[in-house]
Amino acid sequence: MAKNNNNKICGGLYTEKVMATFKNPHNYGKIKNADGIGKVGNIVCGDVMWLYIKVAENKKGEEIIKDIKFETFGCVAAISTSSIITDLVKGKTIKEALKTTKDNVIESLGGLPKIKYHCSVLAVDALVEAVYDYYLKTKGAIPADLQKKHEIIQKSKEIIEKRYEKWER
Amino acid sequence: MKRIYLDYAATTPVDPRVVKAMAPFFTEKFGNTMSLHSFGQEAKLALEQSRQTLAGLINAKPNEIILTGSATESNNLALKGVAFNMPKSSRARHIIISAIEHACINETVKWLSRGFEVTKIPVDKYGMVNPKDVEREIRPDTILVSIIHASNEIGTIQPIAEIGRICRERKIYFHTDASQSFGKVPIDVKKMNIDLLTASSHKIYGPKGAGLLYVREGIKLVPLLHGGGQENGLRGSTVNVPAVVGFAKAAEICKKEIIEESKRLTILRNKLVKEVLKIKNSHLNGHPVKRLANNTNFRFDFVEGESLVMRLDLEGIACSTGSACSSFKLEPSEVLMATGLKPQEAHGSLRVSLGRFTTEKDIDKLINVLPEIINSIRAMSPFKNK
Repeated sequence: MAKNNNNKICGGLYTEKVMATFKNPHNYGKIKNADGIGKVGNIVCGDVMWLYIKVAENKKGEEIIKDIKFETFGCVAAISTSSIITDLVKGKTIKEALKTTKDNVIESLGGLPKIKYHCSVLAVDALVEAVYDYYLKTKGAIPADLQKKHEIIQKSKEIIEKRYEKWER
Repeated sequence: MKRIYLDYAATTPVDPRVVKAMAPFFTEKFGNTMSLHSFGQEAKLALEQSRQTLAGLINAKPNEIILTGSATESNNLALKGVAFNMPKSSRARHIIISAIEHACINETVKWLSRGFEVTKIPVDKYGMVNPKDVEREIRPDTILVSIIHASNEIGTIQPIAEIGRICRERKIYFHTDASQSFGKVPIDVKKMNIDLLTASSHKIYGPKGAGLLYVREGIKLVPLLHGGGQENGLRGSTVNVPAVVGFAKAAEICKKEIIEESKRLTILRNKLVKEVLKIKNSHLNGHPVKRLANNTNFRFDFVEGESLVMRLDLEGIACSTGSACSSFKLEPSEVLMATGLKPQEAHGSLRVSLGRFTTEKDIDKLINVLPEIINSIRAMSPFKNK
């Protein structure tokens, strides 16, 4: 899929940046022995995103995201936001990485259709969950703000699952 | 890049012969069918000739054809028209539909459900309604049964004549949405005991903005649009004569070519199905045989439909999907779910619908590019190893 179709218009739904990212996503696949895995999304809504992170220390002794990969079942927007979040945080300190917002994701893609905004949230949440998983595995204590973010994600997950209960079988 | 259109179930290009038939009615014969002068009368003549042609396709009488603006409008008129015609004092307030209706039936009965009770007949794994289920659900207060003739998503063709017979015996109105089958499958409203039937112009190479509702003689409906008395008082609006003429021309061509075209498309469809199912973990949705000659609907495990459609679009191939991501509700296709699929299975669906201008070369191109696209999407999916 290395054909260059960058100037092709794909209707009015997605920006060229989204389509370019969708066509050539970065950092997809699994990291074996990942230090943290964030699993978000709901299959009923059609978007499931898994982020794998490998953590290392930089010269200052800060924890950085040394490697990051994604596995996503989802639409064009979900795959694009997955790819973009890996680009945005790879090599950053965990502290910096966690400052990434959904708006950063949307801006980096040159915009998303409103109905797809939740895909940008998904990418940010997946990162939070991956870092949370890393802390859970390696440290006893979870920083308070991370714990809070994690709880909000879990809560909205429950709400969505409840809303779509009728589909589950 | 040559673009290949394989979404004929969504809409069709207007046949050049239809465009030619319509042309005079924009600038020369532009009259209002309600006018007394010659301009009006030539428009009126064209309208009535068109009505006759359209009636002929389903063995109806011309006065049983109400021309509308779309199949959605026809479906609304059929359901609301029958429902509103019940006297307020009447206790008959029950409507039966299937679990695989088009949104315009579903949304109409949902809206009617404030005053009417609705029963949805389930379908089997092929999307087939069992007439016995309809029979069982009929109650003394049932006023109307509406079952789609051929599914717009999975193409399954329902045993309409059998359901029609059951309804006629019980003296219950029977409506069918034939938007996808009209012009493609022979329909005889008399033999099939159909009381009301919806058809659409733009699905059969006619222009958009034209539909019809067949209303069996003697059935009274309440109009949706009150106005100047057009269409026997059932649809006020100045008649869109060019569109009606185009609709009729499109129907005439379909009638002439129905058998040959059906044979040709069946051969192409069968080839496509055979080749696509060679892809690992791929499945056919809908009935293997009792389906529209031009419809295929596949699903691919671990693949999301919107991604698939967009990847194909990048190759110049236009198809559609029942995935939630492509819908405004972000929920998977109700039709596919009704056939017993899980959400993740419904998300991986791809509808490929063929038509008059589809060639074997087009099908070959799709068969050629599809496996690699499926592979590359699967490579990204977290579910692939499960």
